[in-house]
Amino acid sequence: MNTARKLSCVVVLAVCALSLAANWLAPAGYAKQFRDVPSSPPSHQHLLGTDDLGRDRFARVLYGTRISLLLAPAAALVSTVLAALVGGLAGYLGGIWLRVARGFIDLFLSLPWLFLLITVRALMPLNVSPLLSVVITFLILGLLGWAASARVLASSADGLRNSDFVLQARASGLHGPRLFLVHVLPNLKPVLYAQFWISIPVFILAEANLGILGLGVAEPLPSWGSLLRELEGLISFREEPWRLVPLVLLIVVMTSFQLLLSDNEEVTA
Amino acid sequence: MNGRRTFLQMLVCFVLLSGFSLAQGGGELRFCLRSEPKTFDPLLVDDDSSLSIRYLTGGVLVRVNRHTQELEPELAESWKVSKDGKQITFKLRHGVLFSDGSSFSAEDVAFTLQRLMDPALHSSTGDAFRSGTGSVGSKVVAPDQIVITFPAALAGMDRLFDQVAIMSAHSPKKEAAVLGPFLVAEYKAGSSVFLRRNPNYWKKDAQGRRLPYLDSIQLDIQPNRDVEMLRFKRGELDLINVIDSDYFDRLSVSSPELAHDAGPSLDSDFMWFNQVANAPIPEYKRAWFRSANFRHAVSQAINRNDLSRVVFNGHAQPAVGPVSPANKFWFDSRLKAEAYQPEAAMKHLQADGFHLQNGSLFDKAGNAVEFSIVTNAGSKPRERMAVMVQEDLGKLGIKVNVVTLDFPSLIERISQKFNYEAAMLGFRNVDLDPNGQMNIWLSSAEDHAWNPKQKAPETAWEAEIDRLMQAQASSVDPKKRKESFDRVQEIVAEQAPFIYLVNQNALSAVSSTVEGANPGILSPQTFWNAERLTLKSNQNANVRASR
Repeated sequence: MNTARKLSCVVVLAVCALSLAANWLAPAGYAKQFRDVPSSPPSHQHLLGTDDLGRDRFARVLYGTRISLLLAPAAALVSTVLAALVGGLAGYLGGIWLRVARGFIDLFLSLPWLFLLITVRALMPLNVSPLLSVVITFLILGLLGWAASARVLASSADGLRNSDFVLQARASGLHGPRLFLVHVLPNLKPVLYAQFWISIPVFILAEANLGILGLGVAEPLPSWGSLLRELEGLISFREEPWRLVPLVLLIVVMTSFQLLLSDNEEVTA
Repeated sequence: MNGRRTFLQMLVCFVLLSGFSLAQGGGELRFCLRSEPKTFDPLLVDDDSSLSIRYLTGGVLVRVNRHTQELEPELAESWKVSKDGKQITFKLRHGVLFSDGSSFSAEDVAFTLQRLMDPALHSSTGDAFRSGTGSVGSKVVAPDQIVITFPAALAGMDRLFDQVAIMSAHSPKKEAAVLGPFLVAEYKAGSSVFLRRNPNYWKKDAQGRRLPYLDSIQLDIQPNRDVEMLRFKRGELDLINVIDSDYFDRLSVSSPELAHDAGPSLDSDFMWFNQVANAPIPEYKRAWFRSANFRHAVSQAINRNDLSRVVFNGHAQPAVGPVSPANKFWFDSRLKAEAYQPEAAMKHLQADGFHLQNGSLFDKAGNAVEFSIVTNAGSKPRERMAVMVQEDLGKLGIKVNVVTLDFPSLIERISQKFNYEAAMLGFRNVDLDPNGQMNIWLSSAEDHAWNPKQKAPETAWEAEIDRLMQAQASSVDPKKRKESFDRVQEIVAEQAPFIYLVNQNALSAVSSTVEGANPGILSPQTFWNAERLTLKSNQNANVRASR
């Protein structure tokens, strides 16, 4: 493990630990409005100041990190499983199945995903709790974000289908689901892992995009997306640099993920 | 010696004249339109950008002074409304020319009115003139006199002519021939609209100098407010007609002389509950929403002072009702904004059988009180208000879910499917007269938001509002109209179908190079007297022009 990867691990673990300790580190909570001190600078009471409604920004960053970091991997898991089912199976079966699956995947990829997300989000029931809304938001991201991974997996599975060891297994009388589960799927694992890691930052950014449009996680629950919305209209970085903390955190965590991922890709190669 | 004196006199004259020309004439005013103008036809105008262009280019018979709110003569020297309120006679100004040089007469007014009232044109400006079944007639009595007759009495009809830009009956240039201070010289789709001074504009200043003072107005199409503000700060723009409170405060810190707060505007933000009989919401929730006690409790539990102070940085006032206090004539001064009284709110709820249990509110059937408030995504102030209302109502044990939706989805839910529980939106009022609100208050109207398109009024108080609105619309006596509309405002305060939250202040920014600007609360806030605006120095304009 090289130094960069070690450092990335430490950063990701530290951020996760801090977000999990939000209840102790920021007892004020993410929702309480200190209406006498809206948009205040950092102080002893509010380490990163308060937002426009007087809510403690430090607490919101910690809770928002917890939500984004917990649910983005969950959404990545959903999308990777779907990709494995569609892409992996189609590649393994080959022939007409592969052509149909590729056509379907291409069609799915050609959809304007942001508008699709907005439409799906608008069709959701209105009266859902903020916690449920965040779960639904990431679930939608997971359900709509499988296509790119499925394309990669279909190609990989297609390559494996005609490999020597699969032909040998087939000649030995192994076929059907057993052949897929015992010989093909284990060899797809490195690609699956890579796709899983790639999806996490993609989903975090997708949620941030939805948050910027006001369609992400429901208030008063924070997420990185809703925290980044605070930067709208920020003309000068020098005026209130503490407002940049969520952005810096997002960049640091994403960079760490990428470093971890690149190392992972080297291992799989 | 004499030669030297003459030279000095000439020099003084030159300096004085050049100073006068710098202060009083020429130059190019620059500001932004926030969207593409949808039309240049003054009778089809329906959007803000087209409205701005119509205001700057169109000549009208009468004009509501945006500062005094009084009606003033423009192309009509005088006018007279008949006692039965069905007829108006205009005496027109002599010697007025369109921008293309053709002369203005009563025939042009008749032509404009005929076109305006053509059902095939679908003019929203024309809709305001439809007072009853039958057609609107016009009779040219003389080249400078016209009588317009309506099928039924039309209250406040004279003020409606503020919106009617007169078109030429004979000019081949159609809508390009205008009577206003400026004319559209160039339009680059998606980029800008360039207005040039109308050389034939009829108005003159006290010194007999022909208006407008400005040579031109450059309107850049710029939807992004951040970019607009940055350009204003860099001196590339001369004014911003409407700015939000965040920008206003930042500007106030750096350049307080450029930021203008004209006080409460006519605009209001409010919320309401879905009371539609067949809306897809649980029956017990419909019962809450139809209870005046419940609506009052919600209204009393909202801290409007906090909304004004926190969301708008103090640049808003707690709203009283459907009419802003800024509307000098029509506001019912006996009404006051609902005070923040959580205890009184709880008493209202208890009167309806609601009770607290472990910090949560339940109705008499044991249903937990929880509802969603939908609002449009992208409106930061409204989203912030919704979150503050969420916390305020949480103190009563009411659980509120704030949902932001893209605007088309929101409109579909609140006006077609009625699949929502409560909504928060704003009302942008450009009309001082209550007739402009008929589409909201009549129970049969499409915009009767809480329960639209009723075949017959479902409640006694809605029937009473219907009666009062029709009474004020059919009367020409301002006093009687005021009495009727005051009663409407009182019923609205008693029944709280809309829970009014705040009236935002009219905030604008005007560069120090602009002279004569007097930002007001009525649209267009900063350039309502565009023909009398001057630029201190046209040096910038020249630099810009050369670029």
